Amino acid sequence: MTPEQTGFDPVTLWTVIAGLAAGSFALRFVFIGLVGDRPMPDWLLRHLRYTAVAILPALVTPLVVWPKATGGALDLPRLLAALVTVGVGLVTKNVLAAIFAGAATLYGLLYLL
Amino acid sequence: MAFSTTNSYYWKGFRDGAPFVLVAGPFGMLFGVLATEAGLKLTETLVLTATVFAGAAQLTALQLMQENAPTFIVLASALAVNLRMAMYSASLTPFLGQAPLWQRAFAAYLTVDQSYACSIVRFETEPDLTTSQRMQYFMGSVTLVTAAWYTFTLVGALLGARIPESWALDFALPITFLAMVTPMLRTSAHVVAALVSIAVALLAAGLPYNLGLMVAGLAGMIAGARMELILRKKGLWT
Repeated sequence: MTPEQTGFDPVTLWTVIAGLAAGSFALRFVFIGLVGDRPMPDWLLRHLRYTAVAILPALVTPLVVWPKATGGALDLPRLLAALVTVGVGLVTKNVLAAIFAGAATLYGLLYLL
Repeated sequence: MAFSTTNSYYWKGFRDGAPFVLVAGPFGMLFGVLATEAGLKLTETLVLTATVFAGAAQLTALQLMQENAPTFIVLASALAVNLRMAMYSASLTPFLGQAPLWQRAFAAYLTVDQSYACSIVRFETEPDLTTSQRMQYFMGSVTLVTAAWYTFTLVGALLGARIPESWALDFALPITFLAMVTPMLRTSAHVVAALVSIAVALLAAGLPYNLGLMVAGLAGMIAGARMELILRKKGLWT
């Protein structure tokens, strides 16, 4: 499932780097640099508020349910590690604690099973 | 206060931002390792990390490129992850908008989760600060994070290929992202956004060109915004 990558096509890679660099700066500069003190429409702010909590779970979910390391088969250590990470994150509100708990679960179960 | 000169605000920011090195260091190292494992050369990894300066977006792009997603989808998805930077930029504008353009351009580049989180708290609790003091504080808060980010990406990139498969680094990205997201679930609107996004991501996983991510992300954003409106109508939004 995961053939050894030997790098990406340079044109594609540099296109991504340039686009991402320009786009990321534009997103950061747009208000502080260009819009100044003009107010922004409520509907836009209301949607922007949920980008991180919408995009990141959408990216992670398939990686949790169909991990590449197991060829796409549901994997108990990885699933439980994800659930423990979320649980500890919700309870402690602490990013590092959640990461360590998730990693400990993953390594513990990979070692035991 | 004897110490409230402009310069001392740089050092206040410096101290307040220091603990975030514990997040930025390992995160940068993770990116360096994963980028090298994905086949990026040292220069490519370092240019990417220095110009984009946003770990979550960089990892998203890396993940999608490894899945052979079209360039347009890679860019759109990674920039969607960075949309929150536009929110930070908007939120900082009333406090830093008076500064000279070149300073604002630097501040824009250095707008990351950590500098925003530190600065907005300080700006709101000390409304009498001058623009110059605010800018000093902002720059101070991000100094160590920036140094750690560059340095540890380099360390990770150099270690890269030497890390054995048994370390299961394939799962470092999901764990890191989940750990970053859960503390953000402050309101039920945020929870609804995340749950809808997860459900749609599973249902739309079969879509071509990794469009499932965009569809699920948009669905989550709309669901969160809707839920917020419902809560506001009921007077439950604070």
